[in-house]
Amino acid sequence: MKSRKPSIPYIIWMLVFTLIPIVMIGFTAFTDKQGNFTVDNFTKAFYYTDVFIKSLWIALLSTAICLLLAYPLSYMITRMKRSTQNTVIMLFMIPMWMNFLLRIYAWVTLLQNNGPIDTALSFLGIHATYIGNTFAVTLGMIYEYLPFMVLPIYTVMSKIDNGLIEAAQDLGSNNFNVFRKVIAPLSLPGIISGITMVFVPSASTFLVAQYLGGTDDIMIGDVIEKIFWTDQNTGSAISLIMMIFIFVFLILMNLFGDEEAIA
Amino acid sequence: MKKKTGIISKIYMAFIMLFLYAPIVVLIFFSFNDGKTTVWKGFTLRWYTELFRDSEIINALWNTLIIAFLASIFATILGTVAAIGISNFKGKKRLVIQNVSNIPIISPDIVMGVSLMLLFTALGVMLNFEMGFVTVLIAHICFCVPFVVLNVMPRITRMDQSIYDAALDLGCNQWQAFFKVVIYELMPGIISGGLISFTYSLDDFIITYFTRGSKFQNLSIEIYSMTHKRISPKINALSALLFLAIVIIMVLINLRDRHEEKQNAKRT
Amino acid sequence: MKKIISTILATTIIGSSAACFSGCGGGYDGEVNVYNWGEYISLGEDGLLNVIEEFEKETNIKVNYTTYETNEELYNMLKNSNVSYDVVIPSEYMISKLIEEDMLLELNFDNIPNYDNLMDRFKKLECDPEGKYTVCYSWGITGLVYDKTKVSEKPTSWEALWDKNLKGQMLMFNNSRDAYAIAMQLCGINPSNCTKEDVDKASEKLAEQKPLLKKYVMDQVFTEMENSQSAIAPYYAGDIITMMDNNEDLDYSRIEDGANLFYDAMCIPTCSKNKENAEKFINFMHKPEIAAANFEYLYYATPNQVAYDEYLDEDVKNNKLIFPEDEYLDKCYVFTNVSDDVYSYMQEQFVKIQAD
Repeated sequence: MKSRKPSIPYIIWMLVFTLIPIVMIGFTAFTDKQGNFTVDNFTKAFYYTDVFIKSLWIALLSTAICLLLAYPLSYMITRMKRSTQNTVIMLFMIPMWMNFLLRIYAWVTLLQNNGPIDTALSFLGIHATYIGNTFAVTLGMIYEYLPFMVLPIYTVMSKIDNGLIEAAQDLGSNNFNVFRKVIAPLSLPGIISGITMVFVPSASTFLVAQYLGGTDDIMIGDVIEKIFWTDQNTGSAISLIMMIFIFVFLILMNLFGDEEAIA
Repeated sequence: MKKKTGIISKIYMAFIMLFLYAPIVVLIFFSFNDGKTTVWKGFTLRWYTELFRDSEIINALWNTLIIAFLASIFATILGTVAAIGISNFKGKKRLVIQNVSNIPIISPDIVMGVSLMLLFTALGVMLNFEMGFVTVLIAHICFCVPFVVLNVMPRITRMDQSIYDAALDLGCNQWQAFFKVVIYELMPGIISGGLISFTYSLDDFIITYFTRGSKFQNLSIEIYSMTHKRISPKINALSALLFLAIVIIMVLINLRDRHEEKQNAKRT
Repeated sequence: MKKIISTILATTIIGSSAACFSGCGGGYDGEVNVYNWGEYISLGEDGLLNVIEEFEKETNIKVNYTTYETNEELYNMLKNSNVSYDVVIPSEYMISKLIEEDMLLELNFDNIPNYDNLMDRFKKLECDPEGKYTVCYSWGITGLVYDKTKVSEKPTSWEALWDKNLKGQMLMFNNSRDAYAIAMQLCGINPSNCTKEDVDKASEKLAEQKPLLKKYVMDQVFTEMENSQSAIAPYYAGDIITMMDNNEDLDYSRIEDGANLFYDAMCIPTCSKNKENAEKFINFMHKPEIAAANFEYLYYATPNQVAYDEYLDEDVKNNKLIFPEDEYLDKCYVFTNVSDDVYSYMQEQFVKIQAD
């Protein structure tokens, strides 16, 4: 348990399958089709700044809503009987095992005009369009990635020693204070994993917006996918910018997280 | 110990479950539709019989499952072992290793897919191999391992080192101490890491798409190809069957867990 | 826990050996690697023939069948990855490109006697004027599908897709080549081939259209039109007929001045390792009953004259959208290969329009 050796195979693995491919992407981003050095690809990439910002915004929104939904949920699950906990966690995983394209397709059916949701709500006197807009895209993202917020938070929360909570209660803390002083700080690592696992894919995914969004909801993932087939260089440049962006975001978040945990 | 679930949390839970399962219900519902669209044309079971005659879909299903099993198992082993090693690094070195390990999580699927394709194509020319099953497997392991590391790591850092020391004191060697004691402490992390790996692998489309070469075909590729025309209700039928299978497995595991729990309760 | 792991392992081992059985293909006299569009062959649905099974039965050659989504994907696979296919079915402009780049093998027509079954019009294609490399698989034209309850007058021009009264109810191709073809036709440019200036003009036209559109679609056009979610859309003839089968409110309309005539043809790429089997496969696809089964599944017109004469229903034969009369086809244009430069420019501009 004290040795560093067990990490060696993985370090080699990362070198070959993580670092070298990134270098290759970087190389492609800074060269033209003939392989000469150029920065033109980045000039072209900046054309998509608006799409880029919109994607980040949708991802941020989805992540925030996922967190709001998942946090109380994870807490509730930890309050259940052990065997029930396992069942509920399983119930969260099962939908993920259905193919993601199919689930998005199913949402199209659910949300369409005169579809089940529209019919039900217009019965209650609510008339609106639920598809072909940013709302539907965000909903799709939340649907796709909610379980990936619940799981890490639950894992960390279930590890919190009940004794700690009881001790805090014995020392006169009310439920709110128990939560604020004990549960919240201890579950922070789970929150950070959760945010990572939701934010990144929702910022970069493609197809979700094509199915659920309208003409204005194109996301940066769709742009990369469309461009890559004809222009790998510009595609690489956009990818590189996006990676750096996400990287910086996460580093900032981690710094913030660490400070909170210490305080 | 308070183990009560209030009425509000029950309603909340029910609402979330409705949200999670509504699309699944829709999927299954239309597998019984006697038409190829999402307009109800009457009840039929023909998609189920046609499904089993469609060797292309069945083959794609096998490929999907095999890749998911192998990738999550390899990733779980590699990731757990790696996490133990990494936990013994201190300070900056550890930070660097962890950050590199997280790259596949934080880099978009599409970038990973393309970058791995560039790598495999280059290696393929050098070593003379075609992309296919093995390259897809490697790619899947690539994006699975970080999840295992991420899930096991907090368990290790939070684990009481004295448990391990105690096992050594009681005469275990390092391996015994690991397999008899430590692994149980890490198990929840390992399981959730493995499950996430399995789930991601089953669900992956983009990375497979770029690393599959010509002959390898899994379900999501199959479904994506169908979008050129339309998605066949056979796929809905398949999803319904998969859903049923998963539910049965879950129920069995759960019953067994409960049984074990009772036995443990008796023992103590 | 141990039990779970061993169960998983056992399943995996059974699984991988099963995969090997099907993959190693013991007992076959060779194999043929077919790379086709998704859902582009009859595999035994709706009581039709399973074409691949029939081929395997007749020839005892194992078919490894895989699919792609776009011509560009096919091209990239052939060009950039270390793979081997025996039969591919690209579209006309991609065939020109593959021929130009020497990526196709000449066919030995002695092995493809059913070539004689083809309609004369589709024997020597524009992209392969000498008819050395290709055997046409299917063809069709583009047209409009519209919802009679939402569009009162039968449209006769692409201009219908710029109708302000239908704002938010119109769909457009999410595919640069088809979308630009429509815009170019309206700008008086021949879409067969084009320059960057042509692309710029058409881009303006498309940018004008974007705020009026509901969505850029490909496959989603089915759900949109069949479930009465949208009013009008351009699409491929065969698919329009399928949509009409599923929603009585739909009708088709042909563009008066002609539209895009497209076809996909079977070819053998240079990376092929089983050329004779490939030719057997191509020949098999033009047995009249096989071509007819594929047609009935696809509703994309068959170039097979014998299948047309002997196997098709009268009402299908007389459908002017699926099998337009020669005079109409003469008005249509066929895509040719535009240079990489122009094509990527078009692609880039189309993405830009969508991103604005």
